[in-house]
Amino acid sequence: MEKSGSTDSGECKPFSSRQPSVDSIASTSTCPSDRSSHLKPPVTHSSDALSTSTEVSLELQVGTSITTLGNCHKLAQEEPQLIPKESIQDIAKEVTYICPFSGAIRGTLSVTNYRLFFKCTDRDTAFALDLPLGVINRIEKIGGVSGRSEVSYGLVCKDMRNLRFAHKVQEGSFKKSIFEVLMKFAFPLSYGMEIFAFQYGQIFPESGWKVYDALSEYKRQGLPNESWRITKMNEHYELCDTYPATLVVPVTIPDEELKRVAAFRAKGRIPVLSWIHPESQATVTRCSQPMVGVNGKRSKDDEKYLQAIMDANAQSHKLFIFDARPSVNAAANKMKGGGYESEDAYQNAELVFLDIHNIHVMRESLRKLKEVVYPNIEESRWLSNLESTHWLEHIKLILAGALRIADKVESGRTSVVVHCSDGWDRTAQLTSLSMLMLDAHYRTLRGFQELVEKEWLSFGHRFQLRVGHGDRNHSDADRSPVFLQFIDCVWQMTRQFPSAFEFNEYFLITILDHLYSCLFGTFLGNSEQQRVKEELPERTVSLWSYINSQLEEFTNPLYVNYSNHVLFPVVSMRHLELWVGYYVRWNPRMRPQEPIHQRYKELLAKRAELQNRVEELQREVANRSGPSSEKAGSPTVAPVQT
Amino acid sequence: MLSLGSGGGKPVKPSFVSYVTPEEIKSTERETSRKEKHPDLLPGEVVFCSTNPVLKYTQDDVSQRGIFGTLVCTNFRIAFVSDEAPSEEQAQLFKNKLYGENDIPLTCVDHIYGGYDEKKKLITGGLVRNKYPSKIIIHCKDLRVFQFSLTYAKEEEAKKIFQGIIHHSLEPKSLKCIFAFSYCEKATATPEIHRTPRTVMFDTVEDWTQEMKRTKGNCKVVSANENFSLSQKLPQFFIMPTAVLDEDMTKFEGKGLPIWCWSHHSGCALFKTASLPLMQEDGYSQAYKIYMERMLNAVAQTHLYSVKTEELSDTLPTIQDIQQSYSRFKQFFLIDNTTEFWLSDMKWFSSLENSGWLDIIRQCLQKAVEVVECLEKENTNVLIMEEAGSDLCCVISSLVQLMLDPYCRTLAGFQSLVQKEWVAGGHSFLDRCNHVHQKDKEFQSPVFLLFLECVWQLLQQHGPAFQFSETYLTVLSDSVHVPVFGTFLFNSPYHRATVMKNDSPQTQRGPLNCPEVWDWSLQFERKAQDLFTNPLYAEKPKQDKGARRTYRPKHQRQLSLPSSAFKTPPKKGFFKEETDSLKKMLRVKRISRWLHSPDSAQASTREFYEAWQRKPLDYHSLILPCLDGPAMRVWMQRYLRWIHEVQIFGGGAITVMSKLADLVGEVQELRRELERQACRADSNHQRAAASHRSSVRLSSSFPFATSRVWSFKPAIPTSLLQSLMITGGLADQDDEDGETLGVV
Repeated sequence: MEKSGSTDSGECKPFSSRQPSVDSIASTSTCPSDRSSHLKPPVTHSSDALSTSTEVSLELQVGTSITTLGNCHKLAQEEPQLIPKESIQDIAKEVTYICPFSGAIRGTLSVTNYRLFFKCTDRDTAFALDLPLGVINRIEKIGGVSGRSEVSYGLVCKDMRNLRFAHKVQEGSFKKSIFEVLMKFAFPLSYGMEIFAFQYGQIFPESGWKVYDALSEYKRQGLPNESWRITKMNEHYELCDTYPATLVVPVTIPDEELKRVAAFRAKGRIPVLSWIHPESQATVTRCSQPMVGVNGKRSKDDEKYLQAIMDANAQSHKLFIFDARPSVNAAANKMKGGGYESEDAYQNAELVFLDIHNIHVMRESLRKLKEVVYPNIEESRWLSNLESTHWLEHIKLILAGALRIADKVESGRTSVVVHCSDGWDRTAQLTSLSMLMLDAHYRTLRGFQELVEKEWLSFGHRFQLRVGHGDRNHSDADRSPVFLQFIDCVWQMTRQFPSAFEFNEYFLITILDHLYSCLFGTFLGNSEQQRVKEELPERTVSLWSYINSQLEEFTNPLYVNYSNHVLFPVVSMRHLELWVGYYVRWNPRMRPQEPIHQRYKELLAKRAELQNRVEELQREVANRSGPSSEKAGSPTVAPVQT
Repeated sequence: MLSLGSGGGKPVKPSFVSYVTPEEIKSTERETSRKEKHPDLLPGEVVFCSTNPVLKYTQDDVSQRGIFGTLVCTNFRIAFVSDEAPSEEQAQLFKNKLYGENDIPLTCVDHIYGGYDEKKKLITGGLVRNKYPSKIIIHCKDLRVFQFSLTYAKEEEAKKIFQGIIHHSLEPKSLKCIFAFSYCEKATATPEIHRTPRTVMFDTVEDWTQEMKRTKGNCKVVSANENFSLSQKLPQFFIMPTAVLDEDMTKFEGKGLPIWCWSHHSGCALFKTASLPLMQEDGYSQAYKIYMERMLNAVAQTHLYSVKTEELSDTLPTIQDIQQSYSRFKQFFLIDNTTEFWLSDMKWFSSLENSGWLDIIRQCLQKAVEVVECLEKENTNVLIMEEAGSDLCCVISSLVQLMLDPYCRTLAGFQSLVQKEWVAGGHSFLDRCNHVHQKDKEFQSPVFLLFLECVWQLLQQHGPAFQFSETYLTVLSDSVHVPVFGTFLFNSPYHRATVMKNDSPQTQRGPLNCPEVWDWSLQFERKAQDLFTNPLYAEKPKQDKGARRTYRPKHQRQLSLPSSAFKTPPKKGFFKEETDSLKKMLRVKRISRWLHSPDSAQASTREFYEAWQRKPLDYHSLILPCLDGPAMRVWMQRYLRWIHEVQIFGGGAITVMSKLADLVGEVQELRRELERQACRADSNHQRAAASHRSSVRLSSSFPFATSRVWSFKPAIPTSLLQSLMITGGLADQDDEDGETLGVV
């Protein structure tokens, strides 16, 4: 039974008690016509981490998708509740899960084309483990345990945990080990198969693919205007194949010149507008590095272009170029033809390096972090161990960079150009975070979805490469937790401004879980062009479809909508903390007694109740004080959004 | 660390930029501001000396700028009165009525440094003979940092105020010189507004009887110490196991007597005692041993003939350890300038760890959980002991009660708990706080603060279980150093009684009476006191029949059937016949010993915690802290509130709290309005529109540091580059270029 991400489902769902035969499970359609599943969310393994039922034993909480609730407890559910188009591929009994928190657990392991499901059988506990195969980064055979009859497998996961299983191999049996089956479905691309997202056909009331529309987003920003125009130059991705079809460029630069600018920018990623300040007209523009090279090549067109960006903002006669890289790395790029803008060539421009390290450093840092937090935390050395991973220092640098950008735009009324090398990793982090600081729209549930769609997906952050969906090459140097860092930074901001964001922590965790799950098409592919080519909007379901079908799960009960309020987070280590709810969530002790989004719901209810009470009392006061008195019902409740 | 700007050997970029040269200021300001202003004096307050003009550097400014005013030293405080008209606005919202934001109560002074040109020297008191410093830097116990420039005042005046401040805030003095005594002689006794429910003071037989009744304890209230003839350490009244014989009470001046703290609903109880030296093998020791055995038997008879003892000094840090750790820890928050701040930011986590402060907090909580486990799970009596029985015993016993007893988590309950365990319990506040600046600082130790830190950890982990707020705890920790209240001024009830007894025959008045800290109206207006309550507090439901919550008995004696053999009720005659062996068992039943090693104690605590975690959430029942590394946090509000660089403008937990508090306040306001209208037909139409503190305008330091300027400039960290020098293979690689990387 899939859990709808809440613990209040004390009642037994009708199909939970059903004990389907293996045959019927093997068929791909368990419940396509099941009306109840229509609106039911797909399995969200994160929810279980947060929402372990209070009735469930401790060991259970390690796993996911707990199946036993209420009356269902007695029914041994050895197989997972399947979602549309999911089918069981293999089942192995007598498998041991070696839990780092509570020791060996014996049970039945099922592998479907979407998930791994382990159900404890030998204890009076309801332990279950349920994870999408997409989170598996690597499967390794650890070797025979205690002689020839047992084999042991380790699963290294992308979501900060490792799982270890052991099972008996029957001698002389030609049957493949379940882990070989698992291998195939965990890395479908490496075996010439399709990612599960292309099969999953859940229908949601609204399509998340329509969440972001470039033209209406630019229109919201007041674009086009007298200084900025929308160009269709890239409609067929000919100017730049990693950029979106719709681009905003200075009015003064005609399309032909854009091509020449593209020639001077790495991968043709010319400076284009990401965000414009509604009052000062100061802009955030993004691009890739200029192809300066060792000889210090210059491009008149590029220089003119940056001048045009500056001129578009009448308030300032200066332009800030933020190069996300450490200056050493930026200089080293000259050897490969890249580099950075020299202040001689670009009059009135000031170049600032933000010292953010590259994807390899970040990957290594996360690897160290995992060592420190999983499975056990060394209590007495926790803080120095955490420091030695540098993870939070990287977070600090990214936030500090975004803060400087936001400060220049807001306080300095100066336009900024942001780039790194190619402009799809650190640049995406910086522009999206600074926009989050500058524009309250992006702090709403839908606004945030637009932000991700715009700055990350449409501008070609290479999700496929950075995450490595369905690919077994786990040591691929292109993998890096760039997007995870961005979400971590957002979480840090929500900690500092707990009432400024419409979404809650569960929303962020859900996004990260489905970054890996391969259930939705949202994070597949490397660019808008690829997504269009693969017809992802037609063939897969968007993550936003699922999220927007149950917004109350993801709503921050303490949200207050202050429009035009700029957030300047404090980027001191004193205020940065490790996101325990994400990185340490598999540790049962670090989990809140009550699931966190349950508390959100309760608070939402409480808020509504208080609000009603206020209104009720105001009405009563107004009535009692009689018609002669002035109206007492001044809208004092206004600041709270319902 | 202690250098200003440059110094310390390595060249540091000067952090201050002076936009106005001192000469300029001198010439313009001098004539206009010759008039000295004094603060509004409290009853009994006397001005010792004052100087004008003195420049107070504004902390929230990177420049060397500041405001001019008069520096005054009285018998209560060091005060700075600005020449400018006092600014109004939000500064008034959380104003302390006793001292202003630029005042430092003398007992609140922690360290004073003299600034000589570029060097900073710790002033230890005595006469500073030849050179007085140009700058005086004061670090306060509430973590404020003040910097005054003395260069603008006349030389002899500057010298005088400097000497005055040094003398009155650093030199040893007699207890009677503490301001509280002048204050309470002159102050018209304000009738204490008895809010219901009131704080129980535990200075009468009734208070103790009532407390025992409340917890359904079955011990006896003893009044043999009414005149402190029995012990000078014990309170006038206390509770002991019924089985302790009267003749045993008088044996060792109260040492070794098991003092009752609290009874669990199962019938077992928590006791504490000042331990007798059992180690030496001499005649005394033998007597002690026999005595202790009798005492243990008496305790054991309270419930099921079981008792566990715990010598706290075996496993917990000493008071000196606590003092040293805190000294290291607080340095991170006494920030003199921005450069220093950002430099220290780089090694923040490891510095924090090296101070050991969080670890000490964890150890105390851990010990408390162990005791809770004995009471809750094993249903055995627990006797905790330490040398004096009034330091860590107070910490542990109060923490145990906070975890087990929801009443202690209400405002009145918490204050009563502090009265019971700390004030009546004879914690040596005077020595531990060193209010009288004794040169010998070996007794100084922030034990009470350590307790508040532990409470804060519980509060931040289980917010809805507490009626009081973080702000309340912070204010309470500050109030320890406000020399107006009697609560934290003495070493024991005996000490208080002897000091307060009027020893001067010329005055006709009765015994002196200092106000108690619990009379919060002395410090804060009602409106400000609203910030003491936690808007998230889950009020105790009338009759909770919620589906999620299972019924659990609270404070009801129930027939519990313990599982282990030892705890099964002994057969008739068992105790008598088996006395010796039982005694032996009792003696070895030390919590830590019995568990072989601290590691297994931890493992057991973990198991206990996990078992509790699986149970349904109930804020009105047992709460346990999570003790894992990431769960132990720094009490941000207390420690970061004055540091401008880390103020989150428009953010911080306060945005949430104020939002909720506003809503709750609005409901209350409307209710009051309805009541008012019900009484009077002609209602006053001026309904106080619930004043919404616009939380956008608040900063994370609210309600403490009030920033005069709403800062739209974010604090951009300097020294970012130094922070992360990652070199080598990975850092030098180019990340964006997949093609070139294929080869790597």
